[in-house]
Amino acid sequence: MKTLKEAQEEVVEEMSMFDDWLDKYSYLIDLGATLETLPESARTEDNLIKGCQSRVWLECNKEGNIIYFKADSDALITKGIIALLVRVYSGRTLEEIRDDDFSFLDSIGLKENLSPTRAGGLNAMIAKIKSYAL
Amino acid sequence: MDIDSLRQLFPQLQDKVYGKTLVYLDNAATSLRPSGVVECWRNSAEHCTANLHRAVHHIADLATRSYEDARAKVASYIGAGSPSEIVFTSGATASINLVCYSFGRKFIQSGDEIIVAESEHHSNIVPWQMLCEEKGAKLRVWGVDENGHLSLDDLKSLLNPRTKLVCLAHISNVLGLVNPVKEVVKLCHSIGCKVLTDGAQGIVHTKVDVQDLDCDFYVFSGHKIFAAPSTGVLYAKKEILDSMPPFMGGGEMISEVKWSGTTYAEPPYRFEAGTQNISGTPTLKPALELMEEIQNSAQLSDNLKDITDYILSGLSSDPRIRLYGIPGAGYEKVPVFSFSVEQLHHEDLALILDKMGVAVRSGQMCAEPLMDRYGVTGMLRASFAPYNTMQEARYFISSLHKAMDMLR
Repeated sequence: MKTLKEAQEEVVEEMSMFDDWLDKYSYLIDLGATLETLPESARTEDNLIKGCQSRVWLECNKEGNIIYFKADSDALITKGIIALLVRVYSGRTLEEIRDDDFSFLDSIGLKENLSPTRAGGLNAMIAKIKSYAL
Repeated sequence: MDIDSLRQLFPQLQDKVYGKTLVYLDNAATSLRPSGVVECWRNSAEHCTANLHRAVHHIADLATRSYEDARAKVASYIGAGSPSEIVFTSGATASINLVCYSFGRKFIQSGDEIIVAESEHHSNIVPWQMLCEEKGAKLRVWGVDENGHLSLDDLKSLLNPRTKLVCLAHISNVLGLVNPVKEVVKLCHSIGCKVLTDGAQGIVHTKVDVQDLDCDFYVFSGHKIFAAPSTGVLYAKKEILDSMPPFMGGGEMISEVKWSGTTYAEPPYRFEAGTQNISGTPTLKPALELMEEIQNSAQLSDNLKDITDYILSGLSSDPRIRLYGIPGAGYEKVPVFSFSVEQLHHEDLALILDKMGVAVRSGQMCAEPLMDRYGVTGMLRASFAPYNTMQEARYFISSLHKAMDMLR
């Protein structure tokens, strides 16, 4: 398994291959399609991330010190964004997630390319991931 | 006036987003600001800053005059009986709340009923819910049908001697259909019930004549008709304003203040406590002057009509697209188009359109009960203004199709 830093760098590199934001969106949509299906039973109020225009669910399972994520959304681009986070953070230790500052997202330009409403949604996803690692 | 000269008045139309020319189709949320309005605004701030109605010095006189000129302009524009029927507020929401807390608190009692159309936006729902809760009054909902039409027969069956007020948008910000306000008013007045018309969209798309409509209250915001944000109007019939107690206490709204008690100024000043929007409100005058110029141009009104027809057929011809607010049966459509696309999320479409330079609204449009009515979590809305061109309309439809293909 790649280290957290390597996984983050890989995502930054992949996203930077596309100059155009429409292409980046296509990439995110494809990424979202690779997410393992989240069972209906996991679409609970507790797993729902508040603060997004679309609905996003993030489920976490802990095995000892390791944390695994599953996610889904009813919007495709949002699903791509949460898929990107699941890809980077699922299977990490609680300490790794707690100590990380998520700054690789700044290098992707995701935050500034989302409207404040949407960036609020991204921040809510980050906060949810962090809250699971507490 | 032709469309090219109109467009030149709006610098933001030349702006680029992501390297593409902006196609601004969120006019139902707010219109762009023309240079005449910005000039008036700046001039008020730079040369007419003084508080109103108070001091005798020259600048205070200038400021008061331009503020009162705006009031006279609004009164004549909407056909009010006199400028004293025009209360300035910070917007349609503030106007509705003013009616709610002044008229409502005095005249709505426990057991009374207020009727609100199902298609209202939150500003014309929530204040009434709050009032009903406070007073023990009942809020009743006048439902829309699948096409977004309201039935007068349904209203008749809701009206009864306890009905004190009917709250209805002139045009819903989601459906874009002109509601039969005049008929509603006639019906309500026959049983002594008052009518509040929310003209936030109506003032944009129709030539409003409040005496012809005969409604008791008509409210709108300045920012949707080119004026500065945080400007707004409450029109109310004189005898009703006279009967309404003040809602906020403070400077400007008083006649005499003694420790033994205070007497209040006459309307409209009774409702304008504290320092007003002294730089913004005067912009209503150039804004309405531009509205008149636009209304007098056959080319501009033909253009908007052509756009309306084009978008209506563009959206209705695609079976994957569901349009809300269907014209017909006496309901005229204005260029406000809310729709959803089968299987696709409104947010995805709005994000992709944004990157194509097209600004549309997505979400609940401040009308959650109407979203529930149609069983959707949100919609997309493209709303056009007189400065929008047919090319922009075509670009929007083709961008929408591209976005739909991308998400398939």
